[in-house]
Amino acid sequence: MSRTYLPVLLLMGFVVFNAILMIGLSHLTMRSRPTPVKQSAYESGIPALGEARERFSVKFYMVAMLFIIFDIETVFLIPWGAYFRNLSCAVPLTNGLCPSGQVSMFGLVEMLVFMAILIVGLVYVWKKGALQWD
Amino acid sequence: MRFDLDRPLELTFALAPDLLLIAGTMVLLLASAWGTETAKRQRAVGRWSIALCVLTLAAVIYMWWAGHTATRGAIAVDPFRWATDVLILLGAILAIALSMDYLERERIDVAEAHVLILFAVSGMMLLAAARDLMIVFLGIELMSIAVYVLAGLNRRSGRAAEAALKYFLLGAFSSGFLLYGIALVFGATGSTNIADIGAAILERGLTTNAMLLAGVGLLVVGLGFKVAAAPFHMWTPDVYEGAPTPMTAFMAAAVKAAAFAVFLRIWMEAFPYLNGAWHKPLWYLAVFTMVVGNVVALVQKNIKRMLAYSSIAHAGYLLVAVVVSNFEGASAYLFYVFAYTLATMGAFAVVIALAQTGERGQQIEDYAGLWRVRPGLAAAMAVFMLALLGFPIFGGMGFFAKWYVLQAALRPPSQTNLAIWVVGTSLVSAAYYLYVVMVMFMKARPAEAPSPLKVPGMTRFVIATCAIVLLVVGIWPRPVLRVARRSLPQLVHLSEDLPRAPAPPR
Repeated sequence: MSRTYLPVLLLMGFVVFNAILMIGLSHLTMRSRPTPVKQSAYESGIPALGEARERFSVKFYMVAMLFIIFDIETVFLIPWGAYFRNLSCAVPLTNGLCPSGQVSMFGLVEMLVFMAILIVGLVYVWKKGALQWD
Repeated sequence: MRFDLDRPLELTFALAPDLLLIAGTMVLLLASAWGTETAKRQRAVGRWSIALCVLTLAAVIYMWWAGHTATRGAIAVDPFRWATDVLILLGAILAIALSMDYLERERIDVAEAHVLILFAVSGMMLLAAARDLMIVFLGIELMSIAVYVLAGLNRRSGRAAEAALKYFLLGAFSSGFLLYGIALVFGATGSTNIADIGAAILERGLTTNAMLLAGVGLLVVGLGFKVAAAPFHMWTPDVYEGAPTPMTAFMAAAVKAAAFAVFLRIWMEAFPYLNGAWHKPLWYLAVFTMVVGNVVALVQKNIKRMLAYSSIAHAGYLLVAVVVSNFEGASAYLFYVFAYTLATMGAFAVVIALAQTGERGQQIEDYAGLWRVRPGLAAAMAVFMLALLGFPIFGGMGFFAKWYVLQAALRPPSQTNLAIWVVGTSLVSAAYYLYVVMVMFMKARPAEAPSPLKVPGMTRFVIATCAIVLLVVGIWPRPVLRVARRSLPQLVHLSEDLPRAPAPPR
């Protein structure tokens, strides 16, 4: 079993060796003549203005957090939708169809419960004013 | 009845108390979003939260009384789960009662505090029920994320922010350990179901499998963090000191109870045949935790830090139950956590009652001469200290709690050395517990000491309840003990004609 991972190990070794080689060679061969222009941060050719470490409004984090929550909802919804035919059948499908009388509400109810919980969260943040920019 | 967990309706019924709590909590979450942030609304949500806890408690007791069982599945339906649920809900009710008064005094009009406690409790109840490592992870995260927020509830306090961030970062890291452990155990055994893991280890003879042992080691790290076992305890003093005191009490009592419940269940059901491998490391973990907790507590000046180290020491005593991993250990755990919850909640309630606004007045020296100004509080605090120490009669249940842990350790195959460490470190702990009592009763109160604020009703109720129950059960422990002895985890793989776990090596 370990033999199958040997190429991966070789590749990792090669990558590490290569990185050390390139950095090491450039260190050995370079001549250091710093000027203020060379030392400045590269910002697409435009002179840098001010500090990069600025304080951001906490509102951005709020948006990011809410985005992740509803992003995850989509992540769960898509495989659920793709698998819904199987979930809504109490017995295994025959020829991709559910035998009559075996339709179950399980898959639908599960997802409705999940969405209801998320909607409670949405109503909460709405009411708290987290969706308001100002 | 015997639930068939493969059928959605029966699974729903097996989870009925948990679902009831979660549904009620969401209604309260919406209720706390409406209206203005006032102390009045905070108290109203608190009262409803206590009512919801009592309702859930009734549901749990009904399920317990009905004596349901279940097939092998992701959820355990056994008396151990219900008993743990009762302990967790008890801790939650006391914590909500304390935080109602505390939040009003500190002018934190956040009704969501109670809702977050309820969310944490639903995670804990899921942990008590978990018989699948995925459910374990879900429960731990549901519990932890709510508790991270609770630790930082006081936005005006820098210490609380530090506590919350520290707890969050280290907690996220430990969740990573836990998840990686779960992944390795799954890789080695092909299942995340605790009963199936136990069966797979036995059937396929995986006792020396390196991947499995690495997974078990990572699980110990992840769970050791949650129960604050040394050397994974570094966060505990800072978080316990910085967090609002009722939340500290909740963390010290309920979070620990839930994490130990799942620790015990995993170890009793999934890894009994691996005990040759984990017995020694866990033994050292228990002894190291007892020593570190008790010795470092000796030099603490702040009462909340002292109680934090004391809670680390108690994690060490409870680890003894995991090291022995037998039914006596499980019932000793239940009895111990009952006593420990009452004593810790009571002690933190006294700390809340005596603190001035803004978490000042929490040095042990501030309690000098308390007996002269507040005899009731001083007497109650003495009971809680003696209970944590394990002193007979005046310490109430505390003595029997330690006694049963020792009994579990001394059952054949007896762990005499471990028992000696429990007794020895308990003797060390007498120094700092009795120091508090000495300061309260024998030191003169300095003239410039501020007089303690009036103790609000809920806090007084919590202190009185904890002290009285501790003392009464201390005199008459038999009924509680009988319940603890009967509330055993149901080990599915043992009931299916597999040989019993071999005895651990001495």
